[in-house]
Amino acid sequence: MTKLTFIAHDGTHFDVDAENGSTVMENAIRNAVPGIEAECGGACACATCHVYVDDAWTAEVGEPEAMEEDMLDFAYDVQPNSRLSCQIKVRDALDGLVVRVPERQG
Amino acid sequence: MTGTISTDVLIVGAGPVGLFAVFELGLLDLKCHLIDILDKPGGQCAELYPEKPIYDIPGWPSISAQGLVDKLLEQVAPFKPDFTYNRMVSSLEKLEDGGFRVITDENEVFEAKVVVIAAGGGSFQPKRPPIPGIEPYEGKSVFYSVRRMEDFRGQDLVIVGGGDSALDWTLNLQPVAKSITLVHRRPEFRAAPDSVNKMYAMQEAKQLEFRVGQVTGLAGTDGQLSSATIKGGPDGDVEVPCTRMLPFFGLTMKLGPIAEWGLNLHENLIPVDTEKFQTSVPGIFAVGDINWYPGKLKLILSGFHEVALMAQAAKRVISPGERIVFQYTTSSTSLQKKLGVSG
Repeated sequence: MTKLTFIAHDGTHFDVDAENGSTVMENAIRNAVPGIEAECGGACACATCHVYVDDAWTAEVGEPEAMEEDMLDFAYDVQPNSRLSCQIKVRDALDGLVVRVPERQG
Repeated sequence: MTGTISTDVLIVGAGPVGLFAVFELGLLDLKCHLIDILDKPGGQCAELYPEKPIYDIPGWPSISAQGLVDKLLEQVAPFKPDFTYNRMVSSLEKLEDGGFRVITDENEVFEAKVVVIAAGGGSFQPKRPPIPGIEPYEGKSVFYSVRRMEDFRGQDLVIVGGGDSALDWTLNLQPVAKSITLVHRRPEFRAAPDSVNKMYAMQEAKQLEFRVGQVTGLAGTDGQLSSATIKGGPDGDVEVPCTRMLPFFGLTMKLGPIAEWGLNLHENLIPVDTEKFQTSVPGIFAVGDINWYPGKLKLILSGFHEVALMAQAAKRVISPGERIVFQYTTSSTSLQKKLGVSG
């Protein structure tokens, strides 16, 4: 199991055990992390699972692909460390990953 | 206004479930007319994820969403359904003969014996951009589409977005507007490269201004914009003159006017029974993602099951007292005749 931490907009921490191969978004939904809507169910078609990757993790998580960049155009307050959590796959190297949930989704 | 269009069944929503309803109703000799807010059939499958494979359609280990829509269209073709696209249903009233009159946002009038709501997640509507305090300006100086280019003549226009709508309107409105500022959060665009090149050429010629950044604030009075604040570009926060704004932030789904039809609702979904999939108003049915009942799963395959049972109930509403003979398409020559296949 890989440990992930979601920090909600109000500062609440959600520590979850995630299965490798699942997406960060799925783990947020399964654990009822507030502020992740995932309207489209993970099709990279809605930009409502937007998160900010903790600065310590941006290099390991990597950059969004072109399709995800396109969808990020629709997100609220996009920062250089913005990602759509449905496009981040959990793997061993992400053990301890911290992501922050934005104030709102779109 | 055109004349009234009459049909047996009016289906609101031409997604996969609305399309398969045509098939099940067609086998029972009911003629269908579908209305959809998109400009094409297929609903979310066609609009949101046409190329994504779907793995839980029985008999299809994998089929692309658009592939499924194409197959459904082929399957319902023998029943010659009518389609009206680019329309939202706005009002519904019950007629004395038991049928319904439905009017669209363009004032077309439909009369149907039965109404089937297959509206999925609701109607696709322009997404409100994430700009605080935008609401009072909407419809007065912030618009989500261009109905008449003249409305933008002589205006300081700010267009926000990086897709084809944003770029096309930037190019088309440039000769009309007093000034145009195109705002996009990054220098890469989703729009066609040709439009992007044209835009950059116009910027070179000082015919418009392209700014990288996000609109974070609006100023104006009584719904009339005067300026917009753009953040995130190389110049820091910039205020640009803005008397009209056109944000193009894609589409989202909303239940829309159906919420005002007097049906019982459950968290923006329409409760139905699981025998007929009928709403709280007899003669109005709801199928697919828009309905709710205990155990509901938002799956396309569940929607297919729902329309098969709904069709039986709709037939009983339209032809009370008529005996419905249950038949299989594999063996019934009368069904095969309707499908246009030789038995």
